[in-house]
Amino acid sequence: MRIAEIAELLKAEICTKDPSQDLDILSACSADLMSDVMAFSKENAMLLTGLVNPQVVRTAEMMDIKVVVFVRGKKPQPPMIELAEEKGIVLLSTDYPLFVASGKLYSKGIRGRGE
Amino acid sequence: MNNVIVRDYDIPANDFTAAGEASSSVRKILVQLGVSPYVVKRTSIAMYEAEINAVIHGHGGKAHVEIDGSKVYIRISDEGPGIPDLELAMQEGYSTAPDSIREMGFGAGMGLSNIKKHSDIMKIDTEVNKGTTVHITVFFNAI
Ligand SMILES: Nc1ncnc2c1ncn2[C@@H]1O[C@H](COP(=O)(O)OP(=O)(O)O)[C@@H](O)[C@H]1O
Ligand SMILES: [Mg+2]
Repeated sequence: MRIAEIAELLKAEICTKDPSQDLDILSACSADLMSDVMAFSKENAMLLTGLVNPQVVRTAEMMDIKVVVFVRGKKPQPPMIELAEEKGIVLLSTDYPLFVASGKLYSKGIRGRGE
Repeated sequence: MNNVIVRDYDIPANDFTAAGEASSSVRKILVQLGVSPYVVKRTSIAMYEAEINAVIHGHGGKAHVEIDGSKVYIRISDEGPGIPDLELAMQEGYSTAPDSIREMGFGAGMGLSNIKKHSDIMKIDTEVNKGTTVHITVFFNAI
């Protein structure tokens, strides 16, 4: 799925500027614990989370995660947005809770690549 | 490539915002050198976990990195409390991290085992009340 399609599906705000147009997201993981993302996520290109702090962007960077969706209306702070833009990571913010946002994406064919 | 790239970083204590900057910098160097994405990811995960540990458990510390044509060697050292029972600390799920750290998304007790999994050589020197040094080596030709 393209960023624009994801944003539309989740009624999400795109928080970073100039998100890549040709990014095609096929897989995702949902977690509030970055330790779990580090330990269990294999090759997921998108992270859905209710946690908002700079280490979310760091974790995404280390794990080659290209898109982070903040759920339940959480919004990233300007320093986080700056860091993400520097790393080429797209940040989205949706009002949907984690379960619902994940389910919507799953129903569109996004899958999780776990262990 | 015969020359060795050497880098040293400070890992500030109690600075949760800066945590990961050393790992990020090393990651950038490896990408620029054209090291395979697989090796870049393994190195990033291992170093970031060790860096986070130095911040949350070791009162901050230092990172020393050497990159040559065949491998990256990373040494993360701190002068924190040390690890009394290393075997126990290595177990998946074991963590002494307080709730405040868990609220920040860390402290699942998977870090040390994750470092081991993503490095080719891992060695830990630790002494109670003296500090902890984690040595990580990742070879570029690893499959
Ligand atoms: N640098 C360190 N200094 C002191 N203790 C450490 C250090 N690194 C790890 N530990 C100890 O080992 C435990 C397990 O570490 P780890 O597997 O990374 O899990 P976590 O960081 O999530 O607690 C920590 O909870 C802590 O008690
Ligand atoms: Mg840890």
